[in-house]
Amino acid sequence: MNRLPTYVVWPALFTLSLFAIWEIACVSFAIPPSFLPAPSTIAEAGWNFRSTLIDNSAVTLWTTLVGFGIATFVGLLLGAIIGASRGLYEALYPVMIGFNSIPKVAIVPVLILWFGVGSLPAVLTAFLISFFPIVVNVATGLATTEPELRDVLRALGATRWEIIRKIGLPRSMPYFFSSLKVAITLAFVGSVMAETVGSNKGVGHLMLSAQAAFQVPLVFAGLLALAILGIVLYAAMVIVERRFTGWAYR
Amino acid sequence: MSAVQNLVRLEKVSLRYGQGPKATLAIDEIDLSIRRGEFVAVVGPSGCGKSTLMKIISGLVPISGGVALVEDREIAGPLKSVGMAFQAANLLPWRNTVDNVMLPLEVVEPHKRRIGSHRAEYVAKVEALLERVGLKGFGSKFPWELSGGMQQRTSICRALIHQPEILLLDEPFGALDAFTREDLWCTLRDLQRERGVTVMLVTHDLREATFLADTVYVFSPRPGRIILRHEVDLPRPRDLSITYSAAFTETVQLLRSYIHH
Repeated sequence: MNRLPTYVVWPALFTLSLFAIWEIACVSFAIPPSFLPAPSTIAEAGWNFRSTLIDNSAVTLWTTLVGFGIATFVGLLLGAIIGASRGLYEALYPVMIGFNSIPKVAIVPVLILWFGVGSLPAVLTAFLISFFPIVVNVATGLATTEPELRDVLRALGATRWEIIRKIGLPRSMPYFFSSLKVAITLAFVGSVMAETVGSNKGVGHLMLSAQAAFQVPLVFAGLLALAILGIVLYAAMVIVERRFTGWAYR
Repeated sequence: MSAVQNLVRLEKVSLRYGQGPKATLAIDEIDLSIRRGEFVAVVGPSGCGKSTLMKIISGLVPISGGVALVEDREIAGPLKSVGMAFQAANLLPWRNTVDNVMLPLEVVEPHKRRIGSHRAEYVAKVEALLERVGLKGFGSKFPWELSGGMQQRTSICRALIHQPEILLLDEPFGALDAFTREDLWCTLRDLQRERGVTVMLVTHDLREATFLADTVYVFSPRPGRIILRHEVDLPRPRDLSITYSAAFTETVQLLRSYIHH
């Protein structure tokens, strides 16, 4: 048998003991399942409703990824523009900070008003909540290019775009990929939030329905599904980051 | 004999930063000329405008007064035929040594157009230059795998690879330890002799200036003025042992007597 690496063993052990303590506590203090169901009850509910759970998780995953995809594209573009030009940086930054300060949950009703109940408001919420860190990070990476390095290329007659392409963008990639880790989590939060406020699909919607029907174990099964999805998405971003900017982690 | 003996000619060149009464004069009516193939060193106290002079010659900053000519033409913008290296090697961490040296070739014509289809030829050229500075076999290493001296050698290769008319060096050895520095003096001395490239070296180190240069210019504190032009008459090729000779020490002392802090 191969020995598993410690970064697998320790988190697994910790998670399992957490569930064990939870289980023991529920049994020994006779906590009613309508207040806090034991992990075994949650697992059972999860198994019984597995197809509903999987279907809704797929919807949530899909809206998250679409919103995140748009955020990545827009964030990269906007970050590159802002980072490359001091004037645009000064003009756009305050507006963006203002926009970012608005709690996105307050925008969801507006989006539903415009686009109706469905996946579109969730996708847009995921996008709106997650593009800001990408913009900031890409812009920072570009704006902090060493002046000497810029001079080396400028003295060779390089155009502004060449300097951005050869130095600025590759240089800002570690910032970009590390912002993706933050953005994917935010996008996830955004889509679930929108699903909870007004949607007919997704884990957020499922949990709201289960809560209305007092199916407390299913509510918790939904929470668990969200946690698992969140970890998977984050891990995917870490792998992407390592793959593309290995040079920054030596 | 071509009429273009002087590669660079500055006549009463001044440069001020900012405008109106708040403007600061960085360089004040400098006369200086650099022959093709000459090795010029510029020394002076901190903030005397040495680096500014470099930016003027490379065409990165426009002058405020006087005439600045390169190859008898007025400097109107970036020159393309310059190579620059600084105190920090400024290598790109995501590129290996070969690709770092290759950078100027991706920007300067005609290499820019050819590099895609003739990559092998350019790699060979880069490898040859790396071997010349003692970096044979380090081509695929990344900057963090190189010592400070090796990084600086790479940086100098990057400044030379596109065969510039003039090499502008801004305290390139300032951050190195004494032994590595003397090693690199010799590398630079040999490169310059072999390639016949014109060099302007900005430095704080009077021994470095004396060892390497044909002509040393001493700058006054800001605003920068030339207070001494000294031709170093030590015989070439110069060996490191010359730095212990009486003539060498005399030159260094002479230069030192003109530096006021």
